[in-house]
Amino acid sequence: MAKKTLTYEFVKGIWRENAVIKMLLGMCPALAVTNSASNGLAMGLASTFVVAASGLMVSLIRRIVPGGVRIPTYIIIIATFVTLAELFLKAYLPDISKSLGPYIPLIIVNCMIMGRAEFFASKHPVTPAVVDALGTGIGFTWVLVVLGAIREVLGSGSIFGFAFLGEKIFTPWVVMVLPAGAFLSLGLMIGVINYFTLRKRRAA
Amino acid sequence: MKKNSPLKMIITLSVTAIIIGGLLSGFYKLVYPQIEANRIAEEKIAIFTVLPEAKDYDIVEYEILSKKKGTEIVQIFRGKDENGDLMGFAFVAAGPGFQGIIKMMVGLNLEKTYLEGMTVLDHMETPGLGDKITFDFFLDQFKELRISPSITYIKNVKPKHDNQIQTITGATISAVAIVKTLNKKIAIILELLAGPPGKLKVVAEPAAVAVPAAVAVPAAAVAVPAEGKGK
Repeated sequence: MAKKTLTYEFVKGIWRENAVIKMLLGMCPALAVTNSASNGLAMGLASTFVVAASGLMVSLIRRIVPGGVRIPTYIIIIATFVTLAELFLKAYLPDISKSLGPYIPLIIVNCMIMGRAEFFASKHPVTPAVVDALGTGIGFTWVLVVLGAIREVLGSGSIFGFAFLGEKIFTPWVVMVLPAGAFLSLGLMIGVINYFTLRKRRAA
Repeated sequence: MKKNSPLKMIITLSVTAIIIGGLLSGFYKLVYPQIEANRIAEEKIAIFTVLPEAKDYDIVEYEILSKKKGTEIVQIFRGKDENGDLMGFAFVAAGPGFQGIIKMMVGLNLEKTYLEGMTVLDHMETPGLGDKITFDFFLDQFKELRISPSITYIKNVKPKHDNQIQTITGATISAVAIVKTLNKKIAIILELLAGPPGKLKVVAEPAAVAVPAAVAVPAAAVAVPAEGKGK
C-alpha cells in the first residue's frame, strides 16, 4: 500500500490504526459515555470536530511555535475547540449536553487528540493533517456508536432511544449501562477483533 | 532570535492566549442567550409541573446568610391561578444524593401545609436503580404530601401516614436523601415565607409578569427583578 496517499492517511484511522480498538487511546470517553448509542455518536462527533479543527490549527502554526512551548500551545488550541463544542451543545442540544455531562470538557485530555496533534499534525502540511484527523475521528466515532449500541440494546432494551424490546420479552441487564458493562463490552469487542485479525494473519 | 529563546516562548504563548481568549468570549456572548433561554424554559416547565393549577408565576428573591457560603440568593416562584390569585409556591431544593447532587423543583400549596408536587431537575444516581427517583410512581407520592412536622419515609410497605413516602427498593439512599433535602429546604422556605426576620431580607419586590402557561417558548422569559434592587 502506498504509504503517503491521502486515502491511506484517511483509512488507517478507521481500522488499521483505530484509536480505540487498535491503539487503546481515548479510553475514558469510550468507556464512560457509551451507555447509549446516541451518547456515543454525540461524543464521537464532538471529538471528531475537535481533532480535525485542532489538527488544522496545529499544522498551520507548526513552523511558528517554538519547540519548548509546543505542547502547551497545542493544549490551549485543543481546549478552545472543546469549549466551543461544549457551548454549542449546551445551547442547541441541551439534552445531549446534559447526558454527556462532565465528559465534554474532558475531551481536552483525550490522548487520541493530543496524539494526533503531536505525532502527525505538527509534522505534516494542512491537507494530510486534516485528512488524518478526520479518519481518526470517524474511527473513534464508529467504535463509540457500536459500543453504545451494544450496551444500550442489552442494558436498556432500546437503540437510539427507540425501545424495540418490550419489558415482557426481555429484562434489561442493568450492569451493561453501568461502568462494568463498558469494560466487559469493550474488552470482548477488542478480543473478538484481535482473534479474527490474528487468525487471518496466521492463515496468510 | 534563536528559535527556543525564552522571549520567543513567552511571546508565542501570550499571543495564543490573547487570540484564543477573544475568540472564546466572542463565541460565549453569541450562544449565551440560547443557553439561558434553555435553562429558563426547563425551569418553567418544572414549575408548572409541580404547581399543576398554576397558570402564571412571578419570582421573589431572598438573600439569606449561610455559615458556609456567606450570602446566598434563594428564589421562590409564586404560582398564580387564572384569576391572578396566589395559589402556591415553588422552589428549588438541592442536596447530596448517592453519587452527586440531586436538584429538584418542589411545589407547595398556599396554606403551606402540603406539597403540590415534586420533580427532579438534575441527578447523577445509578441508572436502573437510583434513577427511579425520576419515575412517576415515586414522584406521585409527593403530591398532597403533608409536610408537618416533617416528611418521613418507610421501606417496603405502603405509606401509613399522609406525611410518609415509600422508598425505592435498591435505591433507599437516593430516596432518603431526597426526603432529607426536602425537609431541610422546606424549613428554610417556611421561614422565608413567614416574613423576613433579622437575618433574612427581601431584596426584590415581586415583579408581576404575565407568562401564559400555553406559551412554552423560551423567548417569553420571566422578567427577573432588575439590578439596583434592595433599596
